[in-house]
Amino acid sequence: MDLTYSPEERAFQVEVRTFLAEQLPADLSEKVRTGAELTKSDHDRWHAALNAKGWLATTWPRGFGGPGWTPVQRHIFEEECCRAFAPRIVPFGLHMLGPVLIEFGTPDQQQAYLPRILSGADWWCQGYSEPGAGSDLASLKTRAVRDGDSYVVNGQKTWTTLGQYANRIFCLVRTSAEGKPQQGISFLLVDLDTPGIEMRPIRLIEGGCEVNEVFFTDVRVPVTNLVGAENQGWTIAKFLLTHERTNIAGLGFSIQAFEQLRSFARRRRANGKRLVDDPLFAARLSEIEIDLEAMKITNLRMLAEARKTGAPGPESSMLKIKGTQIRQVLNDLARRALGPAAVPFPSEVLGGNAALVPPDQAMNAARYFNNRKLSIFGGSNEIQRNILAKAKLGL
Amino acid sequence: MDFEPTEERRLLAETLARFLAAEYSIEHRNSVAYSEPFHDPVKWRALADLGVLHALAAPADGGMGGAGFDIATVFETLGAALCPEPFLGALLSVRLLAAAGCDLAPLLSGQIRYAAAVGETDAPYDPAEIGCEAHRGRNGWVLHGRKSVVYGGASAERLVIAARADGGALALWEVAASDARISGYGMIDGGNAAEVFLDGTPAAMILPEAGAALQDALDHGALALCAEAVGAMDTAQAMLLDYLQTRRQFGRPIGSFQALQHRMVDLTIEIEQARSITILAAGNMGTDRQTRTVSMAKNLVGRMAKLVAEELIQMHGGIAMTWEYPASHFAKRLVMIDHQLGDTDFHLHRVMAEHMRPGNGPSSG
Ligand SMILES: Cc1cc2nc3c(=O)[nH]c(=O)nc-3n(C[C@H](O)[C@H](O)[C@H](O)COP(=O)(O)OP(=O)(O)OC[C@H]3O[C@@H](n4cnc5c(N)ncnc54)[C@H](O)[C@@H]3O)c2cc1C
Repeated sequence: MDLTYSPEERAFQVEVRTFLAEQLPADLSEKVRTGAELTKSDHDRWHAALNAKGWLATTWPRGFGGPGWTPVQRHIFEEECCRAFAPRIVPFGLHMLGPVLIEFGTPDQQQAYLPRILSGADWWCQGYSEPGAGSDLASLKTRAVRDGDSYVVNGQKTWTTLGQYANRIFCLVRTSAEGKPQQGISFLLVDLDTPGIEMRPIRLIEGGCEVNEVFFTDVRVPVTNLVGAENQGWTIAKFLLTHERTNIAGLGFSIQAFEQLRSFARRRRANGKRLVDDPLFAARLSEIEIDLEAMKITNLRMLAEARKTGAPGPESSMLKIKGTQIRQVLNDLARRALGPAAVPFPSEVLGGNAALVPPDQAMNAARYFNNRKLSIFGGSNEIQRNILAKAKLGL
Repeated sequence: MDFEPTEERRLLAETLARFLAAEYSIEHRNSVAYSEPFHDPVKWRALADLGVLHALAAPADGGMGGAGFDIATVFETLGAALCPEPFLGALLSVRLLAAAGCDLAPLLSGQIRYAAAVGETDAPYDPAEIGCEAHRGRNGWVLHGRKSVVYGGASAERLVIAARADGGALALWEVAASDARISGYGMIDGGNAAEVFLDGTPAAMILPEAGAALQDALDHGALALCAEAVGAMDTAQAMLLDYLQTRRQFGRPIGSFQALQHRMVDLTIEIEQARSITILAAGNMGTDRQTRTVSMAKNLVGRMAKLVAEELIQMHGGIAMTWEYPASHFAKRLVMIDHQLGDTDFHLHRVMAEHMRPGNGPSSG
């Protein structure tokens, strides 16, 4: 056992910090710190800066343009990025489709798409869920029927995160009604400019519009856009979900949120004392600090385990459950910390002298409500528990 | 013991519920709750005509109710329908104006909208920390300072303000809203609040020693919020139960999964607990147990309303994250109630204080 970073890892940490200090645009980190909405060009700018350094596709092998980092290096990178309030890496192309194409794609598909993910030429979104197929993803109904060199796609996807910025979508589609539902699913790449596709925004609880519904009417997709074999899409779907989960655990975000909360609680005065001096609040803060410290080690232990076995296993479900619980408690505390000042609607927040709280605290309630999604998407936490009960405990 | 509501209160609840069902569809509720003036002034007058404001004041003060159970009846019904009208500000004003012996008729008839400006940025909950001051100017009293998150403050015509007379005792003042600088805003769960900037604002003193009246008004406000939460929890519970029975995944209703069944049962138990503590608080209004039982209620309801809101979203899945689906708005209200008039921690401190008092004997109640 050795819980300290090696000299090389410490040197790497310094390198990451230096890079962030020099290359992370101040306006972007300010937006992240205050919870302002990032535009497509904000994301593009940050992706380009990382890509120029070769640090964008952190999960890809070196031969495909990844940095070839160890899990510990990735952990250090993510933690430092969060501490510096760097924008998150939009996961759909980089952390989801990329690994899928590397594992299951043809060389042609890899050459056609991977460089465009790195360059930012393509923005992908994820077309898994449907109104009737959420947790029970395998019951999806969007159909792709072979017609010559094309599939003809009809159906509806929903919850498509940041689809409004995307030019492409990877979809799970039904190519067969025979056998078990899992056996008739295929993984298809679709250009969103194809005729017959309509995207409509969905407004969420806190007022923002980060998700969409996508309707497909007789959409013709070349058969060359099939990833893997026809009717073998379920294996790919599960492979991708495992990567997605680890990503949602979002330990870096928790570290960031904890630091922000602690520093605010030291400055905030309410009812005659500083918030940190309220024993009830201090107890809540300390408990989540304890959980977070344990989580850092759990995360590293599971990363080390994954390196031995080659791929994240059911442990990714553990990380997802605990990681999202901690993030949600931190969001809850950040909202509580404001007292009555948490109430303004996000677009109604007062500025300047009339401000109720510092700008980096003004979105706390909105963030709390928005992040209730963390325990729902990427496979709900109930579904993760079902997976663990079966795959890990054999129940 | 009798847990049945009186005939008058039952009728009031029924009439109000029927009115709200007809006039505040969730679409209408959301359209008025989230855009200026963040409530419906026409329906506000209609609600006053129904006698809803009168139910908040005692007969001696020109009202037709005013007891703990009257207030709880009104707010529970408002909460069940997620009514965004500024009743909380009205209730606080009723208590304060009544304590000051002022004429309540213009308020109770719905003719003039009042809000009560008590909390401040550094004194969100505890009136003992209030810093706003009044000084004698050439033409009478003037007020200085800032009042923060004044519920209903953006739509009020008159304000009742708590401030220190010459920096000393807490007193109450009445101010015309047009004489103060008011920055109003919509709230994340609907309705409005305001920052009130007092900068030599002319004010009439209505009560020179207001400490007890303020505590009493805040107690009544907290009771009202508890009852509102109970009403909203009931609706949320019904909504969730219905969804568990109709939403199908894996070829069966999601309500058939034991992982959800047990949690749904727990919610149902906790809602009954919340109802009970609110009844206890309502029954103790006007007694020497008033403040402590209200704090117990506000603490328990604060914890349970958050639990219900979070489970409401989680057990629905993605759909309850959407603006279009009503559950999301109930969830927001249930969570944000804890930010009004003292959160779970603030009220827990007050309950704890009695245990921690030095020299507490073993049998102290
Ligand atoms: C903000 C947001 C962004 C999203 N982004 C995307 C995206 O980009 N692309 C995409 O494809 N999807 C996306 N999703 C969809 C997400 O993956 C689904 O919401 C999720 O899979 C749950 O499905 P559902 O919402 O239909 O809930 P349901 O499946 O209907 O579940 C309802 C409830 O029942 C529970 N439940 C279901 N089955 C069981 C069981 N067997 N045992 C116990 N409990 C069970 C669930 O846990 C949940 O609590 C997003 C969702 C949200 C909210």
